[in-house]
Amino acid sequence: MNLDFTAIVPSMPYILQGIKVTLQIVLVAGMLGFFLGILLSLFKISRLKPLGWFADLYTSIFRGTPLILQLMLIYYGSPQIIGYQIEPYTAAVLSFALNSGAYISEIIRAGILAVDKGQQEAAMALGVPYPRMMRDIIMPQALKNILPALMNEFITLTKESAIVSMIAVSDVMRRAYIVGGDKYRFFEPLIFAGLIYYCLVMALTLIGKAIERRMRQSD
Amino acid sequence: MIKVKDLHKSFGKLEVLKGISASIREGEVVAVIGPSGSGKSTFLRCLNLLEQPCAGEININGTDITDKKTNISKVRENVGMVFQHFHLFPHMTVLQNILYAPQKVKRLTKEEAEEKAYALLVKVGLSDKADDYPGRLSGGQKQRVAIARALAMEPAVMLFDEPTSALDPEMVKEVLEVMKSLAHSGMTMIIVTHEMGFAREAADRVMFLDGGILMEDASPNEFFAHPKSKRAREFLEKML
Ligand SMILES: Nc1ncnc2c1ncn2[C@@H]1O[C@H](COP(=O)(O)OP(=O)(O)OP(=O)(O)O)[C@@H](O)[C@H]1O
Ligand SMILES: [Mg+2]
Repeated sequence: MNLDFTAIVPSMPYILQGIKVTLQIVLVAGMLGFFLGILLSLFKISRLKPLGWFADLYTSIFRGTPLILQLMLIYYGSPQIIGYQIEPYTAAVLSFALNSGAYISEIIRAGILAVDKGQQEAAMALGVPYPRMMRDIIMPQALKNILPALMNEFITLTKESAIVSMIAVSDVMRRAYIVGGDKYRFFEPLIFAGLIYYCLVMALTLIGKAIERRMRQSD
Repeated sequence: MIKVKDLHKSFGKLEVLKGISASIREGEVVAVIGPSGSGKSTFLRCLNLLEQPCAGEININGTDITDKKTNISKVRENVGMVFQHFHLFPHMTVLQNILYAPQKVKRLTKEEAEEKAYALLVKVGLSDKADDYPGRLSGGQKQRVAIARALAMEPAVMLFDEPTSALDPEMVKEVLEVMKSLAHSGMTMIIVTHEMGFAREAADRVMFLDGGILMEDASPNEFFAHPKSKRAREFLEKML
């Protein structure tokens, strides 16, 4: 065995700076994906069938193809489709948002369907119009139930975000790889990157648990 | 005030209401009784369009609510409904439950709506529960909040679908008391119930539904003492 972690100590700050990049992608893509997910889930439960078909087709495409393919299509395909090369960061956020939107829409749809049908009837009986009812009565209850599933999706996103290193976004993964190439030793920086991802995931898990606990207290 | 003419409702092939006609005067308290599956709930739910009638006319205060052009939300503002299982909004406090529709649907100011809400809470005997969440209330308390929530919209008529059927026996009385005082205050009420004692005591009229047909429509004294149809006699024998 030939391991020397002291050799990468000077490069650690460089790798650590990747956390900012990783989190930025995950947060922005997660937010966009969340709103897209709400929209798609509303399509799915809509009485207008074409909206439902569109949302179902969208979901099946984004769930049925590899994320890395979606990422590369958007990044390398952009000059052919929109005429110019988009930034790697933009491509990363875009593909992750579009992809997680598909998964999140399924989670939210299930959450909405799990809300007691009587809630909708009570709101309707009071004359509450559909959009208001969705926003004030149904969604808050649905989101509360699916919080653990949403947190899981967020955690998956954090780990999967490592593939953006493929299009040269300098996230944690990419930086670890660069340091490895520099020093001719890959094991140590990659282990360090792994440690960072693990800590991020643990932190997210704890935050999720804390939010859940607070939610349950309000019952 | 409410005129129902030849109301029909089917679910697919199943014909649940087979031509119901009735008229209900302002301030009248009507008990709707009948065997399970006879269409009582469906009849009630047609009156606020939770179910869309297949044929027939329903006229409430001069508006034909089955007309495609009528605004369904406006109709529902005018028709309060209380459900067997309360259906309070669990993520809102008791006060917020009562305030929500007057503020968001009727556009009352917060002050107006709150003043009314507190008055209603006094009326149903729950002033001390304003800031509790429904999850902490007993069944009887929940149902009283649900009544207050419906009343907050100042409806012209109140519909009750078995309001005490999901309650433990010791809580039935507190809810019936609230309903009785509401009846005395002149509210028009249509109540689907299995509480024969309550129907006899508090109702001005009894409607007996069987198999989607309005078999009898009479005063409680008349109905309970001399039911005309065989079906009603059989039903009463089982109930009493
Ligand atoms: N949404 C629906 N879809 C299909 N069938 C329905 C629906 N709602 C009610 N039914 C059927 O219509 C019939 C009448 O139902 P309804 O609920 O009006 O009876 P009910 O008199 O209120 O009975 P109960 O005393 O048990 O509440 C029943 O056979 C029921 O299964
Ligand atoms: Mg019923």
